[in-house]
Amino acid sequence: MVRPQSFEKPTGFRDFTPPFARKKRLLEERLQRQFSKWGYQEILTPTLEFYDTVGSASAVAEQRMFKCMDREGNTLVLKPDQTAPIARVVASLLKEEPLPIRLSYHSSVFRAQESETGRKAELLQSGIELIGLAGPEADVEVIRLAMEAVRACESTPFQIAIGHIGLLDTWLKERIEQNEQVIALKQALEQRNLAGYQQYVEQWINDQKLKDELLALLRVRKHPQESPFFQGSLQTDHQHLLDAWELLMALGEAESIVFDPSLTGNVGYYTGIVFEAYAADSGFPLLSGGRYDQLLSSFKRPLPATGFALQLDRLLEVSSLQEVEPSSTWVYYEQAYKQKAFLVAQEMREQGNVVILKRVDSILVDQEIDRDDLHVIYIGKE
Amino acid sequence: MAVEPLTIAMPKGRIFEEALDLMRRSGFAIPDEFASDSRKLTVTLPEAGLQFFLAKPMDVAIYVEYGVADLGVVGKDVLLEEQRDVYELLDLRISPCKMAVAGLPSWKPAPNPRVATKYPVIAENYFKSRGEQVEVIKMNGSIELAPIVGLADRIVDIVSTGQTLRENGLVELEEIVSVTSRLIGNRASYRMKNTQIQKLSDRLAEVVQGSETIDPNRERSTVDS
Repeated sequence: MVRPQSFEKPTGFRDFTPPFARKKRLLEERLQRQFSKWGYQEILTPTLEFYDTVGSASAVAEQRMFKCMDREGNTLVLKPDQTAPIARVVASLLKEEPLPIRLSYHSSVFRAQESETGRKAELLQSGIELIGLAGPEADVEVIRLAMEAVRACESTPFQIAIGHIGLLDTWLKERIEQNEQVIALKQALEQRNLAGYQQYVEQWINDQKLKDELLALLRVRKHPQESPFFQGSLQTDHQHLLDAWELLMALGEAESIVFDPSLTGNVGYYTGIVFEAYAADSGFPLLSGGRYDQLLSSFKRPLPATGFALQLDRLLEVSSLQEVEPSSTWVYYEQAYKQKAFLVAQEMREQGNVVILKRVDSILVDQEIDRDDLHVIYIGKE
Repeated sequence: MAVEPLTIAMPKGRIFEEALDLMRRSGFAIPDEFASDSRKLTVTLPEAGLQFFLAKPMDVAIYVEYGVADLGVVGKDVLLEEQRDVYELLDLRISPCKMAVAGLPSWKPAPNPRVATKYPVIAENYFKSRGEQVEVIKMNGSIELAPIVGLADRIVDIVSTGQTLRENGLVELEEIVSVTSRLIGNRASYRMKNTQIQKLSDRLAEVVQGSETIDPNRERSTVDS
């Protein structure tokens, strides 16, 4: 291996210089304010977790986790997502907490990258988890909060695509007998390989009506009732989805949502409504989320839950928020007047100013003091 | 909201001609002088609401993944090799060929098997799935040379008519996967411009469905270089 240059960082990791750090903090503050308004409280969990607990419960593939070992030889992982650690806390430390539990986070998650040198290995995520509520209102709360959070960051126009993984599953199984074919079709959808899905349908299905129905699954709809899911008998899941949809429409979100019956979500543990948001001017998803009613049982506290994770890196691209560098006052002082300078500066800071001290050792500062863009106070021999 | 044009990344070369032909037959007004040998890298067709740019076939999927292009036309070989996160919207069924393992007619299992290819990911996955341990050597061209000069005992490459193989005294040993060109879409564009994209995809699909009679083995003058 080539010895790294002194300034190098591990692949996929980066520094945030002050302007970016400022914007990151501004966005996180905006998001947190929105999360708080809905009663979500921030939670922090460790950067390292056991592979056997959080690692295996997480939806991230094993080979994409950063692993290391503790002194006892246990395999540890850098947290690959935030949902599994929160589930762990909810099942342990927050066991006695009355339900529902509303938690929010701003955290780095880590993914080992196989290729593409510049791809990020440390992703900044902000998100929420709503644990202990099963009804459609919980799904609406999470989706609506996601929208408000994105709006609070003054993003470009965005759209949320909503699907239902549970409905997709039963719908496919009702129509296709062979389980391997159902799995192959779902896999094609997960990989966004619509051409592959079409090809399977052409290959395996002879009945023209069924074929058309299966192909109609690939169409994005303005309303779930237009989707093939609603041809046939309606179950609880259908009603759940409809109730959620109607509420979102009643809240005035009809323009921002579409129903994509083929949406599977990128996470294996999703069970119900799933969603993804995209903004104009960014080629990558801004946030994704969904209902995961089974995950908590891997921590022995079966509870319904839903939530979302927002990719802060994408939000940085599409947010038009401008954080201005705070204007500061410079207090120039001569060595003999240092105590006075410190006290003057302190008083000004207490009044809310940003004050930077600078000792003057020579007289050449005259033109510096006269600079228009600097607010300078001089403390010394008059 | 004003309708923004769809940006389509097109691969230079053979696929480009066939894709343009397909689009013309789908009713898009594409001028005749727009051809891949022109030096212009971008062409805008305001009436059709389309904007094209030309790229290396291997790069098309990259442009689409990053959202610089909303759509792209690209061979399945590139998709399998590059593994980009894009929507694979439609099989255009143009430029049919296959990815195959080839070697000298006298090929016998070698003690230290080596495979030369421009497609290391496809080759590696294929041999892995067969439980075969081979050394994959990534080459940039003239792959057929490798077995002749003894660099590798087999190659993995695109086979169209088989002519290039024949000319070099090689034979196809195994087919890995059949390859056609696909319409691919960026994840965000698929959401934000869904109506436009769906419409275009539907129009193309109609022509593709109707032209199933095209003989996939019809002779081609060139084989992928």
